[in-house]
Amino acid sequence: MTALPATTARKLGLVIDLDTCVGCHACVTACKGWNTQNYGAPLSDQDAYGDASGTFLNRIHSFQVQPEPVNDVPQLAQTTHFPKSCLHCEDAPCVTVCPTGASYKRAEDGIVLVNEDACMGCGLCAWACPYGAREMDQAAGVMKKCTLCVDRIYNENLEEIDRQPACVRTCPAGARHFGDLADPDSHVSKLVAERGGLDLMPEQGTKPVNQYLPPRPRDTIQPVMSGDEDILAPFLAPVAEEPKGFLAWVDRALEKL
Amino acid sequence: MQPAPSVIIFSTLSGAGFGLLFFLGIGFPVVSGGVAFVFYLIAFGLAVGGLLASVFHLGNKKNAWKSFSQWRTSWLSREGWFAVVGLLVMGLYAFLQVFFDTTVFTLGFTGAALSLATVFATSMIYAQLRTIPRWNQPATPGFFLSASLAGGALLSGNVTTAVIFLIILGAITVFHWWKGDQRFAEAGSTIETATQLKGRVSLWEKPHTGQNYLTHEMIFHVARKHAVKLRVIAILAMSVVPVVLLVLFPVHHVLAAIAVLSYLAGVFVQRWLFFAEAEHVVGLYYGAHARA
Repeated sequence: MTALPATTARKLGLVIDLDTCVGCHACVTACKGWNTQNYGAPLSDQDAYGDASGTFLNRIHSFQVQPEPVNDVPQLAQTTHFPKSCLHCEDAPCVTVCPTGASYKRAEDGIVLVNEDACMGCGLCAWACPYGAREMDQAAGVMKKCTLCVDRIYNENLEEIDRQPACVRTCPAGARHFGDLADPDSHVSKLVAERGGLDLMPEQGTKPVNQYLPPRPRDTIQPVMSGDEDILAPFLAPVAEEPKGFLAWVDRALEKL
Repeated sequence: MQPAPSVIIFSTLSGAGFGLLFFLGIGFPVVSGGVAFVFYLIAFGLAVGGLLASVFHLGNKKNAWKSFSQWRTSWLSREGWFAVVGLLVMGLYAFLQVFFDTTVFTLGFTGAALSLATVFATSMIYAQLRTIPRWNQPATPGFFLSASLAGGALLSGNVTTAVIFLIILGAITVFHWWKGDQRFAEAGSTIETATQLKGRVSLWEKPHTGQNYLTHEMIFHVARKHAVKLRVIAILAMSVVPVVLLVLFPVHHVLAAIAVLSYLAGVFVQRWLFFAEAEHVVGLYYGAHARA
């Protein structure tokens, strides 16, 4: 049944640090690499050398943020790289709309999955998701989404260090963290408490498990030196404030025209 | 949202078909023999043809039968049940009327209720989606039901009832447009709530240079000036022209046919707009729906 479990024993998910992400897309590549050759239908590409499109479970958006002026002083815009994949919501609207029972949320760890053998490819779950986390594979005709690398995290054939989602394992900046958000002592829960983790689109009522850590406030720039304390300041003063000689005459002549 | 022809054809034709089945089921008119055969041919043709059209937009048609399994949570699953059971009940009712000149009202009323329930379930597939604020309002089931009842009354020759439902349909549709234009702002999703970043946020770089399933399916832009013209065309063809024809002229088969065609053309345009104008909140991650 595509009813949601009332509670889940654990809430496995990701914590994504928007302060640290450098927008390198390594997680996108690692995700596609792992998930195109493991569980379920491969992640196909269409017209890869022309008007390309394809299925991805994780994508990086980049946003420009224009901060409000501080004391009427305009601030410079900042760039934030924004990785986005399934948030494994507690109230996942994608699950309840599914007519075939292909979409489900696991009671044991809260992972939202698609059973591709039951999916009829109607696309309604993708419509129900506010985050764009589900994409219909155009070759297989079934819905694809982040599995939280369920075939890695419990996989005893892998080294223990590799038993985490491919995106987390590969992130060179350490911007992605994987763990149990139901356990207040887990490192991900501590990060969320320390840095003020945020839900995306809380007004949609989905109660996402994945949390986003906002960019840290910008450093304040040191006040400009008055000059006295800097012995080199006189040498940096403008050489000529007013034009002199021939240029001054040209300047005056042009002014009078 | 991408206006997929299969879904527009489905909802228009099957809506009219189930509307006709509703009126035949409640005995307006009570028909038998050859007349009944023609009526039911039209009704089942529209309803079943529409349902078949909707199967064409599935990515994996072989699993369509599994959509009957989740009736407890999914409106799409409930739609399937209502449609199939409703068509079977009405099939039996029709069989008895056509070949035995026998009208069993228990069957007819049950089938009529299931026919309307099918249309309601279809409308709830759209109305339940919080991600598409324009659809997420009570007027969505309102105009699906009134369009179906107006079409059914028109096709079954209930002229007075048709006029009443065509006027109600027009009024609900105008309300749906008016309310729909405000729904995105009411829902409160902005690029700032989507990203949780502080300040004025704008998209600087998309995740990829090309299109993807999401941008193709959910971020469909319709030129605003066309939208206004199409709204006028829809309301004229769907509601005003049939009402004027039915009220001002004596009832005649050719006239009725023109009224039905005008109604269907209007509903097609209205359903196209229903999709084309619907803004999905995921567009916020792709720089769509920016405030001026």
